[in-house]
Amino acid sequence: MSTKLRKKQAVASSEKQMMKGSKMLIEALKQEEVEVLFGYPGGAILPTFDEIHQDGIRHILARHEQGAVHAAEGYARVSKKPGVVVVTSGPGATNVITGIADAMMDSLPLVVFSGQVATSVIGTDAFQESDVMGLTMPITKHNYQVRDVNELPRIIKEAFHIATTGRPGPVLIDLPKDVSIETGLFDYNQEVNLPGYHPTIMPNKLQIRKLVEAVSSAKKPIILAGAGVLHAGASEQLLEYAEQQQIPIASTLLGLGAFPGDHELFLGMAGMHGTYPANMAIYESDLLISIGSRFDDRVTGNLEKFAPNAKIAHIDIDPAEIGKNVETQIPIVADAMEALKELINQNGVKGQNSLWNEELKHLKQEYPLWYKEDPEVIKPQQLIERIYEKTNGEAIVTTDVGQHQMWTAQFFKFKKPNRFVTSGGLGTMGFGFPAAIGAQLAEPKTPVIAFMGDAGFQMTLQELSLVQEMKLPIKLVIVNNSSLGMVRQWQQLFFEERYSNSLVPVQPDFVKLAEAYDIKGFRVDHVAHLDGAIEEMLAHDGPALIDFRVADKENVYPMVAPGKGLHEMIGVKPE
Amino acid sequence: MKRIITATVNNSSGVLNRVTGMLARRNYNIESITVGHTENPAISRMTFVVVVDNQRSIEQVIKQLNKQIDVLKVSDITDESIMSRELVLIKVFSCPQQRAEIAAVINPFRATIIDVGKESVTVQVTGDQQKVEALIDLLHPYGIKELARTGITAVKRGHKVTNAEERVVLIN
Ligand SMILES: Cc1ncc(C[n+]2csc(CCOP(=O)(O)OP(=O)(O)O)c2C)c(N)n1
Repeated sequence: MSTKLRKKQAVASSEKQMMKGSKMLIEALKQEEVEVLFGYPGGAILPTFDEIHQDGIRHILARHEQGAVHAAEGYARVSKKPGVVVVTSGPGATNVITGIADAMMDSLPLVVFSGQVATSVIGTDAFQESDVMGLTMPITKHNYQVRDVNELPRIIKEAFHIATTGRPGPVLIDLPKDVSIETGLFDYNQEVNLPGYHPTIMPNKLQIRKLVEAVSSAKKPIILAGAGVLHAGASEQLLEYAEQQQIPIASTLLGLGAFPGDHELFLGMAGMHGTYPANMAIYESDLLISIGSRFDDRVTGNLEKFAPNAKIAHIDIDPAEIGKNVETQIPIVADAMEALKELINQNGVKGQNSLWNEELKHLKQEYPLWYKEDPEVIKPQQLIERIYEKTNGEAIVTTDVGQHQMWTAQFFKFKKPNRFVTSGGLGTMGFGFPAAIGAQLAEPKTPVIAFMGDAGFQMTLQELSLVQEMKLPIKLVIVNNSSLGMVRQWQQLFFEERYSNSLVPVQPDFVKLAEAYDIKGFRVDHVAHLDGAIEEMLAHDGPALIDFRVADKENVYPMVAPGKGLHEMIGVKPE
Repeated sequence: MKRIITATVNNSSGVLNRVTGMLARRNYNIESITVGHTENPAISRMTFVVVVDNQRSIEQVIKQLNKQIDVLKVSDITDESIMSRELVLIKVFSCPQQRAEIAAVINPFRATIIDVGKESVTVQVTGDQQKVEALIDLLHPYGIKELARTGITAVKRGHKVTNAEERVVLIN
């Protein structure tokens, strides 16, 4: 049934009716045009699952609640709609903690329903009781415990509103079992009324004018684009503005795709494993315009040495991000789209930065990302670069966390927004695979490729069941270096090669593992077979898991070592 | 530096937890917090005394407080013309012979003795921080057995004050 139709039916049946809490929940989800839920049943949430069954609303049964919440995150990142999660109390709720924290860090809109023990026994250490409100308070944008069934519609409406507006984020609703069974009045037509919550969308004109003037007098301007541009859907405006003013662009990890990766003004990713041109440009700039990025320490390196000569302008929808890490001269609280539109309208006098742009162009030519090929062994960078080429960069790409994640950020040039799904702020291993499931559900027709380390994949591989069940044509690329690669790299560089617990002597046979789930699996361990294998993988019209054996001691370069400034990169050129 | 921040918040369950949890997790140094209903029972008012290094930190405290959905309004009233008060109960060692002396010491502070025991008296004093601390200093030599402070609560004045009025504030 189309969502439009669903909504109509829901509206028709929602005219202030008496109904059970669990039914209210489903009705509210229909009003919010939710297409799919991710979750796992259990005692306290059974009434809701009974309603799910009776209604027929689509529910994806993950094999672990962590899988459900990461899938919801992947869905949210790609579809730009809220991901909805339904889990039981106690262990069900604690199993989604990692994903909620991840969504909080990366500003992903989630609405999470957790069952709870009955209100009469809350606080008595009842079976499967846990203080989910207390546990999730610091990792949600807001959370609710429903104490009265009549408040449920208002709470759900507020939850969706809070999760999806302003700076998006996860909202949790703790639903005691008795409340979901009780009957109350369902009225979903009330206006949301939250006097303490009014995100600022429109930029202050005076501040915009200040920025326009700053740009006009800048000789070395640079834009740092973050995920805020993607959340605002402002990629086109960013492109237009950058071209209008001829300002070079660097991106954060989560901002990749906000600006075309193959554009001549694009310098690449900034930060710890960013490109040398992007980092040097930030270091030397006289005007740094951050748009929807939060100056994370992985981006700034040592703050004392960060952009020492730059005037800082910061456009962010969350005022608390402005001035948090970096002192800001031109603060602009606004939605990135509105701010960019205003900047474009002002059509200010261009700065005198043609020399600077030339310099940066040379820097780009002089210091490309690099790796050394080997006649036999597949280099991980090579693997990712070849997949990029063979997909024309058109695929949706998810990653797990570690070296392969950084190599993907470096070598896969994202040209379009919302095509890159990765765990940035929390750096959650186990994210990449379930996130790919959510991404594929959001866009069933677009190819989805998940790049994963051999270690991180094993943290949530139970979701292979889900791929098998739904025959999702995801391509699972294991960048197998038989180690916790990123940990090993740090131990090599900063712990005198004492490889404590980072070399993995035993692995499952990933091919057999795939076959156990009725998924096509194969192994590639020689450069000669690389291209053929990639083609075979891409041509296969179902799910496939490929165990790519890659060089095991490769390091991610260039790199800003911890404590160093962005201009102090190591490994900028082949030794 | 010390700043006095007030916040009006929804009087919903867990709101104190939300606010104090956020302040602790963001590493802010809170000297005191007071909470109570306002004239509207659905809304509470909190008063914080926060110790910060610089102006930027206090801006962050205010922004982070504002970010909470249940927080309705936040103000830094330190530099405004305000009335701030704290209630303090001080149990002081005192033999019966010393009671008159203590009564004389506390009298200019409009403090009162609210309980008398065999070897101690309990003094109640209300005032701004300066006044309260001055009295505690004076009582120290007698030996303080127990001390309970409520923390500061404050409101803005209804009208602008002149210097002369400010002096009145100090002694009343
Ligand atoms: C849940 C979790 N535990 C631990 C870490 C720390 N960590 C970061 S990268 C990494 C190694 C990842 O190894 P692998 O998945 O094989 O990827 P590679 O770095 O080899 O590409 C570890 C352990 C983490 N990010 N997340």
